[in-house]
Amino acid sequence: MTFNLNSTFLYIVAGIFILFVLIQSIFFLVRALNESKKMNMDKAVLRKTIKSSIVFTIAPAIAILLGVISLSKFLGLPLPWLRLSILGAITYELTAAASAASSVGISIADAISSADTYITIVWVMTLGIIPSMILIPLFLKKLQGGMSILKEHDPTWSEHFMTAIFLGMISAFLGVVFKDVSQGITGFISVFVMMFSAIIMIINGMLINHFGIKGLKDYALPISMLSGMAFSIYITSVIGG
Amino acid sequence: MKDQYIEKTHHYGRIWMLLTFVFMICVPIVISVYYQAFPQVSNVLKGLLGVAPIFWTVAIIEIVTFTPMLGTGGSYLGFVTGNLTNLKVPCTLMALENSGYKQGTKEGEIISTVAIATSSIVTVIIIALGVFLMTPLTPILNSEVLKPAFDNILPALFGGLAVVYVSKNAKIAAIPMIFMIIIFSVFPSLASAVSLFVPVGAIIAIISARIMYKRGVL
Repeated sequence: MTFNLNSTFLYIVAGIFILFVLIQSIFFLVRALNESKKMNMDKAVLRKTIKSSIVFTIAPAIAILLGVISLSKFLGLPLPWLRLSILGAITYELTAAASAASSVGISIADAISSADTYITIVWVMTLGIIPSMILIPLFLKKLQGGMSILKEHDPTWSEHFMTAIFLGMISAFLGVVFKDVSQGITGFISVFVMMFSAIIMIINGMLINHFGIKGLKDYALPISMLSGMAFSIYITSVIGG
Repeated sequence: MKDQYIEKTHHYGRIWMLLTFVFMICVPIVISVYYQAFPQVSNVLKGLLGVAPIFWTVAIIEIVTFTPMLGTGGSYLGFVTGNLTNLKVPCTLMALENSGYKQGTKEGEIISTVAIATSSIVTVIIIALGVFLMTPLTPILNSEVLKPAFDNILPALFGGLAVVYVSKNAKIAAIPMIFMIIIFSVFPSLASAVSLFVPVGAIIAIISARIMYKRGVL
């Protein structure tokens, strides 16, 4: 069988797996919505959750698509399509592919031509990401049990504890924004983008709370994110980068 | 909370995850059989050695850090559909914030599952459309004009998200934020290991919050 990175066979394999994950997502969505009906939850809140999640997802999903494009030069389209539609993230997949490529003595600058190399990379990418598939089914319930005990023991501290975990994550990603500041003004581009996005969010908050534009609430985060992205195009053109 | 819905979510979640695991393993096997190409175990192990220590550590960190935010259904689905930091976690936080429900309540569980499922479906559709429209889309998406926008998606996302959470919890946020800004400004090379710093930030935030809580400052 002649190997081809973009063969119909590989598209079919990727397509079947992606369809399986799509069905899984629909299953969880329908179950949650059915349960919400039993609980008499406000339908408007659920509709808004769906709408705002759709709007919010568009820009990051396009960024993921860019990851698919960049990996496709080396791995063809079906494998990055599969790996970035499910489980992975560009940072993982690129590193895994690069590590596997170096183990067989090739660089990720050229398209793979041999099936042996390709399959080695697929195995490394698969085994590299597998632990959560094992650990979640084994430990999620126990982990949540621990959180429940904490909540029963001291509800106020439990809430602060959860907030601290959120803020720990947010602070790490905010800190990374400052990684290039030692490079001079161009290193501040990401900082300016973050600040601009934050300012837009503050303006959104004022419009919602002081001017009563409640409909904006569900779209405030996508609006601030897209504004920040648009601003990055402007600021890069002004100060270079 | 021995809720029937949550209990069943664990049951179904485990089945789906097990099936996903089987599918995942089947992909390389099926490709190997079809192309009659079987890799050398030593090459796979060598490649794995380059990524497993970090990936597997990050996986454990993500499970401990993200599952309390994602809820039960959200965790089973979110860890299968991936892209947690850049998509699923912020999407869930936003949905919970807007709905007014807290994670840990049953309503919060429903909202987070709906948000993650919706986000996963939209992501799959957008990437599939992109793959099938690759030829006309590539020059647009790869254009120099749009490059800064996609390079800066995380600062743009976390800038907005920070306002919502930091403004409400400035006391808890202050110490981990200052620490992270100093660390990454002084040691920029650590940025590639940011996932490893998520629990560091969380531990700093938890310790400082605990001290303030005990002293009645929170």
